[in-house]
Amino acid sequence: MSGILNSSIGRKFAMALSALFLMIFLLQHFTINLLSVFSEDTFNSVSHFMGTFWLVQYVFQPILIFGVIFHFVMGFVLEVKNRNARQISYAKNNGSANSSWMSRNMIWSGLAILAFIGLHFYDFWFPEINTKFIQGDMSGLLPNGEYRYFEELQHKFVDVWRVVLYCIAFVFLALHLLHGFSSAFQSTGANNKYTKGLQGFGKAYAIIIPLGFVFIALFHYFNH
Amino acid sequence: MNLTLKIWRQKNANDKGKMVDYKVNDISPDMSFLEMLDVLNEQLVNKGEEPVAFDHDCREGICGMCSLYINGEAHGPDRGVTTCQLHMRMFKDGDTIYIEPFRAKAFPVIKDLIVDRSSFDRIQHAGGFISVNTSGNTIDANAIPVNKHDADDAFSAATCIGCGACVASCKNSSAMLYVGAKVSQFALLPQGKIEATDRVLNMVKQMDEEGFGNCTNTGACEVECPKGISLENIARMNREYLSAALKG
Ligand code: HEM
Ligand code: SF4
Ligand code: FES
Repeated sequence: MSGILNSSIGRKFAMALSALFLMIFLLQHFTINLLSVFSEDTFNSVSHFMGTFWLVQYVFQPILIFGVIFHFVMGFVLEVKNRNARQISYAKNNGSANSSWMSRNMIWSGLAILAFIGLHFYDFWFPEINTKFIQGDMSGLLPNGEYRYFEELQHKFVDVWRVVLYCIAFVFLALHLLHGFSSAFQSTGANNKYTKGLQGFGKAYAIIIPLGFVFIALFHYFNH
Repeated sequence: MNLTLKIWRQKNANDKGKMVDYKVNDISPDMSFLEMLDVLNEQLVNKGEEPVAFDHDCREGICGMCSLYINGEAHGPDRGVTTCQLHMRMFKDGDTIYIEPFRAKAFPVIKDLIVDRSSFDRIQHAGGFISVNTSGNTIDANAIPVNKHDADDAFSAATCIGCGACVASCKNSSAMLYVGAKVSQFALLPQGKIEATDRVLNMVKQMDEEGFGNCTNTGACEVECPKGISLENIARMNREYLSAALKG
């Protein structure tokens, strides 16, 4: 077990585990966001629950942050090592003959996602921390006595440029996952009679989830 | 056919090297790629120039000695063949063909298109063997029953000729397809089980020490491999490695 992160396979395994974890988180995030389309009240109460329940705040949230940081830091580490493994590049390389664009550009789709996460933190996470822990307001209420979550969400999707940025980011997420989903299973060594089915499911996941986020953003843009 | 060749020339391991243009005329589409290079070399020798150095031996796709990165692909544009089995009919009259050595830090260029693939041998030495008594009282291999499915998979893995096209094609210069095949061919058979734990740990350790990159599962290796070695072998190696590492 010792020094598993010092081996190429160990690092890939850790990368895959962090990625699988992020994909489960993404599903959960998507489900809650989707509630905002159907019911303002449900969205508000679930958001309040997630924002104040200790297990989510002090256990799941730190794990998630660790997972995200681990994933992109390891992504950079692997990228540097991999570039190092070929010091003179080919004068002519026909990568598209043998592999998908997505698989060859995980670092670029990943960087786009990282930029989006920065924007996302600026939009939602920092204000949330500010309200709850700096101003110490855990009530989740607006001055008028209503829950603030739905209000805050809609407010973010008024600006057309932010909506455009969100949509672009989710295109990159889709590209990342179109390769990443099945790749993560291969990395853990899971290549068996379920692989074909899993690859199909992965393609569906990689398209439906990001498309769903885009739909939610557009929904609020047109309905605020 | 008349062709323009852009070939990597490098005097020795320390030389910087560069791409040089050559013209060859009247090439028959029935020639193999290496025969076309023989024609070029004859021209060069007649002109008193240094011929292009390239690796080859059997010229029938079994030894794994030939290499070459042709027009951006290991062993050229055809599938399931080595460079020595590649025919000039895959190209058109007037084509420009890029010919480069397999590139990887772990495959340093020795001269022109010849690279040193002894890193593969060192990985093999680290664990790619089984301990059997060969001193006269050998047990008949058929005395041990083997599941047909496993036997087939082991045989497929064992068809790897160690050419290095997987490394050359991989954007990360990863050797996982090669090592995956070498680990699998033994891991699947009862004779290979005895050293299975040490084998995978030692071979992967050696692979990492040689400076090969990490696998991103792009699948380029499987497409370019002349022997059609499957990615399943990498997944099997990952499983073998993870369970061996957990054991101790
Ligand atoms: C924060 C910015 C991110 C960066 C910089 C990033 C970077 C990368 C890189 C470079 C790889 C390829 C690693 C390799 O060589 O195999 C990768 C793989 C992957 N990423 Fe990301 N990523 C990010 C965010 C995400 C997110 C948010 C998700 C999912 C919701 C995700 C899911 C995956 C998956 C499933 C894989 C495949 C894992 C594997 O091949 O084992 N990534 N990421
Ligand atoms: S796996 Fe295929 S490409 Fe790689 S060394 Fe073996 S035969 Fe060559
Ligand atoms: S020369 Fe033996 S495989 Fe090509």
